[in-house]
Amino acid sequence: MSSMLRHYGLPLSEPMAFGLSSALAFAYLPFIKLSGLPLVSWRMPPKAILRGLQKPLGFTMRTETFRTPEKGAARLNELLDAGQVVGLQASVFWLPFIPPDFRFHFNAHNLLAYGRDASNDDYLISDPVLETAVRCPAADLTRARFARGVLAPKGLLYYPANPPRAPEWKTALPAAIKKTTRIMLHTPVPLIGVKGMLWLARAVERLPVAADAQATKLHIGHLVRMQEEIGTGGGGFRFLYAAFLEEAASLAQRPALAELAAELVEIGDGWRAFALAAARMIRDRDPLDPARLAQCLRAQAARERTFFAALIRAVCE
Amino acid sequence: MNVNDVPQESNRTLDGQRKGVYARRADGRLALVPSQGWEVEEIVTRQAVEAFEALAAAARERARRGESSPLEYHMYRARMDLSLLAQASGLWRWRVRRHLKPQGFARLSPVLRQRYAETLGITCAQLETLD
Repeated sequence: MSSMLRHYGLPLSEPMAFGLSSALAFAYLPFIKLSGLPLVSWRMPPKAILRGLQKPLGFTMRTETFRTPEKGAARLNELLDAGQVVGLQASVFWLPFIPPDFRFHFNAHNLLAYGRDASNDDYLISDPVLETAVRCPAADLTRARFARGVLAPKGLLYYPANPPRAPEWKTALPAAIKKTTRIMLHTPVPLIGVKGMLWLARAVERLPVAADAQATKLHIGHLVRMQEEIGTGGGGFRFLYAAFLEEAASLAQRPALAELAAELVEIGDGWRAFALAAARMIRDRDPLDPARLAQCLRAQAARERTFFAALIRAVCE
Repeated sequence: MNVNDVPQESNRTLDGQRKGVYARRADGRLALVPSQGWEVEEIVTRQAVEAFEALAAAARERARRGESSPLEYHMYRARMDLSLLAQASGLWRWRVRRHLKPQGFARLSPVLRQRYAETLGITCAQLETLD
């Protein structure tokens, strides 16, 4: 996202793009199953992140999906040939440049196409997971963009219809932060925000220990994968948001935000401690104890509740 | 997390790639630091991969003994399960379930065989075999 905006003339850091679109969240969605396990996310869905940037940056993001792969590929070629940089949603499984151990059927992966090699039809891709740009054969990319299943991308591509401009920091930053605190503290659905963590804690607590230890281990392993391996930064995006708060503190001249950033880093460390505890149980270095993990989740929920309450106070002053 | 605490545990699931982690530098500011991987991530990723490998190996054994169809083996090998294979192929779950049995698989039309092969990213000939 950040590299896309940079291409269109607006240098915006990755944490800033993340924070400005109010992307930090928590959601526990047991009715969306990924290979039989619930979807847990520490951020908003990619489409919400795209939409969230439109208002502060004063531009329109055009999104398109397609009925058939042929139409989708043709449109992508057309845009790339016109010199656009295009964001894409694709399934990780069919992308040949992703390390094999990471290739699962996870459809909500976002990457950037910035060009095309007309001689052999390779696309030039910048993927947030990788450090360097890569090439991807056309057939593989089309297949990944039109993977079916949960959260099917349907060839989604997006690009700005008009150039983004620098936001009015003094108003845009507090507004974005307020929105995040609202999501975390006051969403009326108990599966979202801090309440979602408590709900997840209850579900984890109920996992069987003796009856089906293997399934329980898979379940908690899945949670850790969703937390640490989706997206950048680790710690369920808490470090990324802390970096945003730090940047916001100087841009909006609110030093209180920098102090809160330090607190959020500690919360992120708490999430990593949760991941570590879960991993040790998976490898039988510690006895399998879902109740302890649930307690850990509850502690995280309590810390985040205090944190976001303090955050809204700091912004509204 | 401080810069010195960023794990560099050469996670083999990363395949030599590095990933960025935001950590606190000596001057107290947060910055993106490349990480060679964290053992925790390696454990959970390998766990998920191994779970599918175990399912595939068991399905292969069953298919050898004639208790299951090669389709089941190829399904797990492509890291799919019943509901995902049904969604990806656009068939109803009960039909897929039927094709997971040897009798159902034997009756498959060439068109459906082709469809499964495409969904799983293999050729029709491969779909018949167990490797």
